[in-house]
Amino acid sequence: MDWSFFLEVAIGGLLAGVMYSLVALGFVLIFKASGVFNFAQGAMVFLAALIFVSLVEKKWNLALAFAATLAAMVVLAFVVERLVLRPLVNQPPISLFMATIGLAYLIEGTAQGILGAQVHGLDIGIPDTPIQLGAINVSRFDLFAAGVAIVLVALLSVFFSKTRVGRALRAVADDHQAALAVGIPLEQIWVIVWTASGFVALVAGILWGSRTGVQFSLTFTALKALPVLILGGFTSIPGAIVGGLIVGASEKLAEVYIGPKIGSGIENWFPYVLATLFLLVRPEGLFGERRIERV
Amino acid sequence: MIYREAGQLKSSYEADQQIFPILQDRIAFLGLLAAAFVLVPLVGNDYWFNAILIPSLILSLAALGLNILTGYAGQISLGSAGFMAVGAFAAYNLMLRVPHMPVLASFFLAGLVAAVVGLLFGLPSLRIKGFYLAVTTLAAQFVIEWALTKFSWFSNNSPSGVINAQKIVILGVRFETPVRRYVLTAAIVALLALAAKNLVRSRLGRAWMAIRDMDVAAEVIGIPMLKTKLLAFGVSSFYCGVAGALWAFAYLGSVEPQAFDLNRSFQILFMVIIGGMGSILGSFLGAGFIVLLPILLNVAAHSFFRGGVSQTLASNLELMVFGALILFFLAVESHGLARLWQIGKEKLRLWPFPH
Amino acid sequence: MSALPRAAGEVLLKVESVTLSFGGVSALTDVTLEVREGEICAIIGPNGAGKSSLLNVINGVYHPQRGSVMFRGVRRRRMVPHETARQGIARTFQNIALFKGMSVLDNIMTGRNLKMRSGILSQAIYWGPARREEIEHRKAVERIIDFLQIEAVRKTPAGRLPYGLQKRVELARALAAEPELLLLDEPMAGMNVEEKQDMCRFILDVNDEFGTTIILIEHDMGVVMDLSDHVVVLDYGRKIADGPPDQVRSDPAVVAAYLGVAHG
Repeated sequence: MDWSFFLEVAIGGLLAGVMYSLVALGFVLIFKASGVFNFAQGAMVFLAALIFVSLVEKKWNLALAFAATLAAMVVLAFVVERLVLRPLVNQPPISLFMATIGLAYLIEGTAQGILGAQVHGLDIGIPDTPIQLGAINVSRFDLFAAGVAIVLVALLSVFFSKTRVGRALRAVADDHQAALAVGIPLEQIWVIVWTASGFVALVAGILWGSRTGVQFSLTFTALKALPVLILGGFTSIPGAIVGGLIVGASEKLAEVYIGPKIGSGIENWFPYVLATLFLLVRPEGLFGERRIERV
Repeated sequence: MIYREAGQLKSSYEADQQIFPILQDRIAFLGLLAAAFVLVPLVGNDYWFNAILIPSLILSLAALGLNILTGYAGQISLGSAGFMAVGAFAAYNLMLRVPHMPVLASFFLAGLVAAVVGLLFGLPSLRIKGFYLAVTTLAAQFVIEWALTKFSWFSNNSPSGVINAQKIVILGVRFETPVRRYVLTAAIVALLALAAKNLVRSRLGRAWMAIRDMDVAAEVIGIPMLKTKLLAFGVSSFYCGVAGALWAFAYLGSVEPQAFDLNRSFQILFMVIIGGMGSILGSFLGAGFIVLLPILLNVAAHSFFRGGVSQTLASNLELMVFGALILFFLAVESHGLARLWQIGKEKLRLWPFPH
Repeated sequence: MSALPRAAGEVLLKVESVTLSFGGVSALTDVTLEVREGEICAIIGPNGAGKSSLLNVINGVYHPQRGSVMFRGVRRRRMVPHETARQGIARTFQNIALFKGMSVLDNIMTGRNLKMRSGILSQAIYWGPARREEIEHRKAVERIIDFLQIEAVRKTPAGRLPYGLQKRVELARALAAEPELLLLDEPMAGMNVEEKQDMCRFILDVNDEFGTTIILIEHDMGVVMDLSDHVVVLDYGRKIADGPPDQVRSDPAVVAAYLGVAHG
């Protein structure tokens, strides 16, 4: 058993998993604060990446492009709150979920319609060259992405637990009515949350885009965030990271070690099957809260 | 005025429980059947059959399947296309490997195979609910797509997994022309739709709706969860399987696993949402709507943008319109076109009076 | 007007030393009671005393950590809801558990589900045995609709009915199963005086005409005294009194529990 090879694959998988975690983080934010499962998260990643890369291609300065895209995501948050969340406020969660599917298609169509459907390459100055750590090779880019993710998680955790807005967000997640009763303005909260999620989507989009190019398939890669959420729990920020790591590592390991025996392409379904098996044992995820149904 | 029920009193339970208790509805439906089976074959042209009628009928069947599972039994599924794929490939293999296999029997058996696969992937629904179940059905979708592409046995060792469906010959009659394929499809779909309508208005249908509305209470009254949920998955997959077989045999002729990918699953889900969840009629309305929409958009774009519109812009427009429609229907009329139809009929009852 | 004592039969239900807790919270502690065939037994007690939990245990929705439930001579630790329904126990819920998307008629028909036999194939074909069975059971359901006087709303979706009617439909659904034991969880909650009188009358009629044994949770003392043969009082998950209404009413422990005297 070639341990260094195993470690290389595992670490590569872990770092790839970080990418999934970033997308999953966006889900968690929105779910935590509004109870909505935002299927359009992947589309938001795609949109953010597309706007950013279009500006960069027009020779905009990286930082300015970032700021401008972030502004666009804020606009998106307002639009979503107005057009999706408010009209659907009394509907069961299933309807909201399906609405986000519709939203995903709408965002994709608009993004591509306005900005074009070609694949864009994106270079943010971090080369994908390997660094030697002992006997294993690790990609410099992957390490950078992991670093970014850690910083993001730290920032978000602090935001939620220490700031006034963060507390309000947690209140809203717990009980909408109660939060309203205490005077927390729901609509503003939702805009803030979707903006935060947009910010995370932007970061994820830039990193993913640099890695694999900005293209339509980004939206479906986002589906992989679902098993991440199942493993990590839908409401836990650290859970999103852990879940991502597990999915990334297990997916790569399965592909490399089990793949040759049954056929390649296992990574397409492995995370979902893993999530299913996991759900059978623990329906609320590693970190999620157990819900007791009272009759 | 014409749509009054005055005077149509029911004096027996049988009469009260008919599918079309109102005489005008019965007449209208018979008219529709006559049009579908007599008029259309006579006057229709090949383009209509090939591009519109046959695919919408087949997709209505798949939408029926999904509606049973999601609209009536309340179990979300994002994997309906996967079960279509199972049906298509099962029918192909049955025809290929079993000597003297009659085509209709192969469709039926293909449906059964899809039902069994559906049952298997439906087992998790006993512990898992809601969004989580959606993820499980995604697993089904991806595993099925992968398996059918990877294991070349399914496609008789064809290089890209493409299968060429055999020709349909029933009792010596060849069903190759668009008209004939249309009539065959319409007949199969009509029969299965009737069966579905019967199921949802009997004991099983009520059991499904009970677990959709409040499963704890359903269990307490004695409705068996295991059996009811599995039957929902099984019947739903049967319908999707037959639809898949028809897709390969009566529509495209040759098909590869990618024709039944996640996009197709979403398309069927949209049909159910727009058409109306928990409605047999809705499945047909939704399918027709979604098949016609791109064509209408194209025509509109052409006349609007004089000189045509690029392919990419057109497909993006499609995505935008779909997305917007989903949002619209969910916000405004969450019971879809079927409910709009019902409201229309109610207004007709009163017309020309306002109330 | 208090009920005349009815002749009660054999012991139908026996709850034996049932203890139920959720995590660290104890819902029921060592509760034992007996209910005889044909009687109306009321379970009363302050809020949070564990009354609904007791019904849930009898029904099999909750499983007690200790103790067992004996119904018609068969003792079980873990009752399963579907099984208890088959054995002849039906119930209504505190927060109405109607199927909101179905019509009143369909809701009550689901109560007959256990008694219907036709297989999936005959249902798909419908004409023939399935249709005959539907009609036959519809007749039984119509008798109940008649009995509870809800003919006018039989085709209305249950979700659209006013609260009082919804409660009546829930009762109808429970009756449709022709149960031996009927568990009613606050059947009169939220009703005005007229509705309460109607419901009282219905409950008495059910007991009279069908001989159904009834256990009901109720807060209105007047109703309890009028309807029941036998009253059980719970407080903080323990049984503190058990006997005929008059006896329980004057029991000092019961008075103390309701008036909130400090517990030892």
